[in-house]
Amino acid sequence: MLRQIAATILILLLGTVLLYMTSEMPRFGDPGNPSNNELSARYTDEVIEDVNVPNIVTAIITDYRAYDTLGEATVLFAGIVAVLTVLAAHSDVGRGTKKDG
Amino acid sequence: MDDLVLQTITRILMPFIQVYGIFVIVNGHLSPGGGFAGGTILGASVILYALTFNVGAAEDLYPDDLAEAVESSSVLIFVLVGLFAILMGANFLTNIGIFPSPETGTLFTGGFVTPLTLAIGVKVASTVITLFTHLFGEKKP
Repeated sequence: MLRQIAATILILLLGTVLLYMTSEMPRFGDPGNPSNNELSARYTDEVIEDVNVPNIVTAIITDYRAYDTLGEATVLFAGIVAVLTVLAAHSDVGRGTKKDG
Repeated sequence: MDDLVLQTITRILMPFIQVYGIFVIVNGHLSPGGGFAGGTILGASVILYALTFNVGAAEDLYPDDLAEAVESSSVLIFVLVGLFAILMGANFLTNIGIFPSPETGTLFTGGFVTPLTLAIGVKVASTVITLFTHLFGEKKP
């Protein structure tokens, strides 16, 4: 019982702090926000000149930040290697164990 | 699941879903979408097949050997495209205009964006299918 009361008070305190911090955040959609810097303007203004592609999202994914996408592809690859190693190991026993011959 | 209505509808719907997925991948640099979205749509069609028939049928449709080849080769294509840029005298993964037509908004524009989107799409589809069939289906030892 005491634990529950303590947990409730703690959660209320934490919620108050978080709500207070939310009120300090910049207004949504304000052009003066820190996220609306010259970088996004550069992307939207000169994407046709740079990449010659109307889809800005694809241009950012595969051109401006292609390194990042290469990393994502590697993450997918690592994940599938792990899944195939762990879960498909029993399905074809003997297929990969002929090395000692 | 042995439901005739479901199986018939799935047989009819699957090609349309797959064509739409391929459309989203191929037009990734022109319309909303791209490799990740289109690959997920492609994978969802095979997941629908697995749910309607059974997981073993989906594994016959997309076997592990094919998954290994597709997964490896699509990452390899990504890296080779990047190395091709080095060969042309630029930095790794620099976009080089490999298509001659400069008109914006047509299919064969965007340089490396198109092959990279294709590689991503095929890879995401393969990953989605393989993860689903292995995590959902219990293989017999």
